[in-house]
Amino acid sequence: MFGLANPTKFMRFSSLLLPYLVIITLGLLGFGLYAVFNAPEDVLQGSLSRILYVHAPSAYLAQAIYVFMALANFTGFIWRHPLADMAAKNAAPIGAVFALLTLITGMLWGKPAWGTWWVWDARLTAVLVLFIMYLGYIAIWQVIEDQVKAARVATIVAAVGLINIPIIKFSVEWWNTLHQPASLTTSGSSIHPTMLTALLVMFAAFTFMFTTLLFISVRTEITRRRARALEMRILQQNIAKTNSALKNSEAE
Amino acid sequence: MKPLLALLRRDINLFFRSGGGAGQAIGFYLVVIILFPFGVGPDINLLARISIGVLWVVLLLAILLSAERIFADDLEDGSLTLLLTAGPLPELVILVKLIAHWVSIALPLLLITPFLALMLNLPAGGLIPLIICMSIGSLGLCALATIGASILVSIRRANQIISLLILPLYIPILIFGVSATSDMTYQVEKPYTSLLILLGITLISLIIAPFASAQALKANL
Repeated sequence: MFGLANPTKFMRFSSLLLPYLVIITLGLLGFGLYAVFNAPEDVLQGSLSRILYVHAPSAYLAQAIYVFMALANFTGFIWRHPLADMAAKNAAPIGAVFALLTLITGMLWGKPAWGTWWVWDARLTAVLVLFIMYLGYIAIWQVIEDQVKAARVATIVAAVGLINIPIIKFSVEWWNTLHQPASLTTSGSSIHPTMLTALLVMFAAFTFMFTTLLFISVRTEITRRRARALEMRILQQNIAKTNSALKNSEAE
Repeated sequence: MKPLLALLRRDINLFFRSGGGAGQAIGFYLVVIILFPFGVGPDINLLARISIGVLWVVLLLAILLSAERIFADDLEDGSLTLLLTAGPLPELVILVKLIAHWVSIALPLLLITPFLALMLNLPAGGLIPLIICMSIGSLGLCALATIGASILVSIRRANQIISLLILPLYIPILIFGVSATSDMTYQVEKPYTSLLILLGITLISLIIAPFASAQALKANL
């Protein structure tokens, strides 16, 4: 992990890894979608229950990415690992999109199932708050220009947020709940085995999708920084050239 | 202990004498509460039912909007750096500034709350629970506002972003503040459960805020 702190090494390593990641993601996603459309329909909701296969993995990722982000920030904070900070920075928008996807699929599902687009139900509200927390975190990286400083401040935001997530979950559940209780628990689950297979494959596919996207966006950021560094160097050379030309003309 | 008390006195004096400090928050609190009946209609029973929630939300917003002021003036004249590097632990300095902020912003709001509660037709016997819960909750709100203020201390006009950052942190206090107040007002079974949780969240915030703010200020200055 610490060898990868060097951007050049990371670029080489990730360019080797990336094709495999893309292939695994596409394969899992294809297999998962095939399994989803072969899984039995829900007795009550019919085909509608297939939203679950997008909704649940997004919800899991939205939360897991926040934890990942905070851990990456800690790594950057403690060991001054520059790529860890970059990983945290680039994981945030992806996490925000998954939180948004959870909200949208939840609303699409809520309209036919509950008869309304939005209910102030505990879990929906918790995801909404999580989405706002992602926005706040992204805003930190946007408004603080110095990236080293932004990384340190972002770590504090992520840490406070991490403490806050369970408190929010507890309080909104206290406040209101009409969602069905979690059906994927460690002690046996209450859904059909074929549905479970499809769901688990989708979980794996989404996780790999996140990893692939994260690798791509970190690579993009490194490339962008290098491009900017090159631009600055060309600019400096041009200025030096103009200066010397001016000096020459003065001498003449 | 002595320098901390001196700092507390200095901060409170500065807040009340520099003008616009507590007045701004009180003005906001007053205006929004007065506007509310115009928005939802003058029905006394409806106002009574929503009064606890409205008072809490507006208190929360008033504290949120004054968050920027906690460190802004001291940063501008350079005294913040001095306070954090010389003398007592930075965490203690921040704790004192937080308490000073509570005294100068939240306390005046609490003092005018009884009048506004009457105007919103707060249910009988609701005033004392409201004041108790609000004094506890507002301390937690001030603590969380301190985190937001320290994170964005070097950013100009940071108020919008502070709202975005702090809003998620405020939700638990709002939920348990309102539920503690109404539990005690309506004398439900076990009326103090929510109050104890509110107290717990406030204490957690008071512990986390100085450490998080000290780190954030260190990164920012």
